[in-house]
Amino acid sequence: MDVLKKVPVREQDAKVRAANFEEVCLGYNKEEAMEEASRCINCKNAQCIKGCPVAINIPGFIEKVKEGDVEAAYQVISEASALPAVCGRVCPQESQCEGKCIRGIKGEPVSIGKLERFVADWARENGIKPAGAKEKNGKKVAVIGSGPAGLTCAGDLAKMGYEVTIFEALHEPGGVLVYGIPEFRLPKEDVVAKEIENVKSLGVKIETNVVVGKSVTIDELLEEEGFDAVFIGSGAGLPKFMGIPGEQANGVFSANEYLTRSNLMKAFNEESPTPIMRGKKVAVVGGGNVAMDAARTALRLGAEVHIVYRRSEEELPARVEEVHHAKEEGIIFDLLTNPVEILADESGWVCGMKCVRMELGEPDESGRRRPVVKPGSEFVIEVDTVIMSLGTSPNPLISSTTSGLETNKWKCIVADEEFGKTTKEGVYAGGDAVTGAATVILAMGAGKAGARGIDEYLKNKQ
Amino acid sequence: MYKILEARELAANIYLMEVEAQRIAKRCQPGQFIIVRTDEEGERIPLTICDYDREKGTVTIVFQIVGAGTKKMAKLQAGDYFHDFVGPLGCASELVNEPEEELKKKSILFVAGGVGTAPVYPQVKWLKGKGVAADVIVGAKTKDLLILEKEMEAVAGNLYVTTDDGSYGRSGMVTQTVKDLVEEGKHYDVCIAIGPMIMMKFVCKLTKELGIPTVVSLNPIMVDGTGMCGACRVTVDGEVKFACVDGPEFDGHKVDFDQAMKRQQMYKTAEGRAALKEEEGDTHHGGCGNCG
Repeated sequence: MDVLKKVPVREQDAKVRAANFEEVCLGYNKEEAMEEASRCINCKNAQCIKGCPVAINIPGFIEKVKEGDVEAAYQVISEASALPAVCGRVCPQESQCEGKCIRGIKGEPVSIGKLERFVADWARENGIKPAGAKEKNGKKVAVIGSGPAGLTCAGDLAKMGYEVTIFEALHEPGGVLVYGIPEFRLPKEDVVAKEIENVKSLGVKIETNVVVGKSVTIDELLEEEGFDAVFIGSGAGLPKFMGIPGEQANGVFSANEYLTRSNLMKAFNEESPTPIMRGKKVAVVGGGNVAMDAARTALRLGAEVHIVYRRSEEELPARVEEVHHAKEEGIIFDLLTNPVEILADESGWVCGMKCVRMELGEPDESGRRRPVVKPGSEFVIEVDTVIMSLGTSPNPLISSTTSGLETNKWKCIVADEEFGKTTKEGVYAGGDAVTGAATVILAMGAGKAGARGIDEYLKNKQ
Repeated sequence: MYKILEARELAANIYLMEVEAQRIAKRCQPGQFIIVRTDEEGERIPLTICDYDREKGTVTIVFQIVGAGTKKMAKLQAGDYFHDFVGPLGCASELVNEPEEELKKKSILFVAGGVGTAPVYPQVKWLKGKGVAADVIVGAKTKDLLILEKEMEAVAGNLYVTTDDGSYGRSGMVTQTVKDLVEEGKHYDVCIAIGPMIMMKFVCKLTKELGIPTVVSLNPIMVDGTGMCGACRVTVDGEVKFACVDGPEFDGHKVDFDQAMKRQQMYKTAEGRAALKEEEGDTHHGGCGNCG
């Protein structure tokens, strides 16, 4: 064993997986996990914990894996995280826990994400549940949205003894974990549904089909339904479009629509009554994780897929692992390319996309070099489907129907970072609804902060 | 799960169901819609609310069989349950937010086509509740496809029924009746037209010529109905709007109907269209993509 290197993780072969929706990464078995765990040097001043938005006791759980006591490892993780099987799969570990790992200075960091995943999967397969709630304290908290922020907040509050009800707008709980992230990266039935079951086993109730702002308002929850506090974790659901000509043509979709059809409505399965466009040549515009998810979904539905991104590979906002997987599977990257018009045939269907070549100029306010158009570089890519993956913004349904809840100019709810406190008494918020589109784990961190804030608030209110 | 309290066929392939949905019944307003799923695997089907009873906690929907999903729905009976029933979605009709004094001064015309009669009904009923009697034109392909006539009669000021084939009431398209009424000397301050896209397009063309501001209710393809997917985007006055959150009602004179009709055909395959033509035969009333 080379102690400088991670124990390699088994994956489905790229050629095989490009045609199925089964999970790409197969994870460690116990032997591999124990071997990888032995690479952890159990630093006294563990930097990895500081890199974790929910502050999991990482050396603590790895120590237990090292000893082969996976159940104990699971309880260590559960103290901090309600969704370890999810996080082990979708967290950007390279820039968080693993990014700070001392092992990473000379060699590869400890594979913390894959170890977390192993522990969570093992616990699920062996029927281990997170440690239950203490006595109930009789106080009711409403959590809006059952995505990573909401589930985490609800789980933490339930453990503290609160009676928690989550309100979910869609017919299935999970938020972005269910509608956004594809099956091949995050299995819905085996992983997401089971972690939600775990949260429910702590006593959390989930009411689906409730669009807060429409079916009921926050003011009504507080004044009429007897909730003592509210946490808003409603995410950033509204898709952005480019505003270029032809964008309303048939065959142009937001990544949200395309992924929701495939993931939530199971349209990847031909038996599903919900249809999805099975294009022959698909362009995905954008370079984030969502763009990679949309591209790899389209590929699995049988298309030749191009990622069209206006900056260069270095600036791709997607995780390195996602880009790497996408390339392995045969996604073509058209970098430094920007669409200017979508072309449609006479019955309104997409038949091509007019693009320009870009080059990188001076850095802009984001610190990345600003892409500028190369004059006279216009050209047309022949495509029959275009998926716009340009980011999302928070849904104004809640902020526009809640008295005294302030938002900023991006329609994000104003809330402090430490406790998720908003401008309205008793109302806390976190996740994409506050920050705009970010990651699962940051939303979970915000859910934890919100739970702390609500606990403080309700204790002091007595 | 949401219990179906009443289910009946109003006309060939057109069904009415009263559904227990406390939260929706408490808050819904005329003009809003719901999304229903028959079973665990079902697609999400958006339907405009036809009636509601706040005390009973029920919402009434009317739908026409247009595909596999609605076919499945039609099989459900009183006592059965819908797996999902969410709402109220979209914005309330503009009328709801107008001051009563203003409303009472207005002469309002509703134009309903086919199954579009259902979403017109709660608006007319709401107005009657405020003491405003609106004129209503209801158009149907033929006598047997006319729905909610009695109900509408009870809430409308004047009800004008017209059938395309002249089998009942006046003869011809709804646009003919609009023209006739205006020629007879009727004056309208506002028109609300709900029905097949093609009908709304032609009503709008006419009312524009007649100078009657017109509101239409659009029912484009949707997935979530909360602003998340953008499938329902329509161009109104050159701007992109999401029908689910910005609508479903829009200024009919500013809607790009040709684009909206093209978008409605997005998932209609050649086979699907053929099957629809076969099945619907003479009862066909738009929405297939063949006649749009």
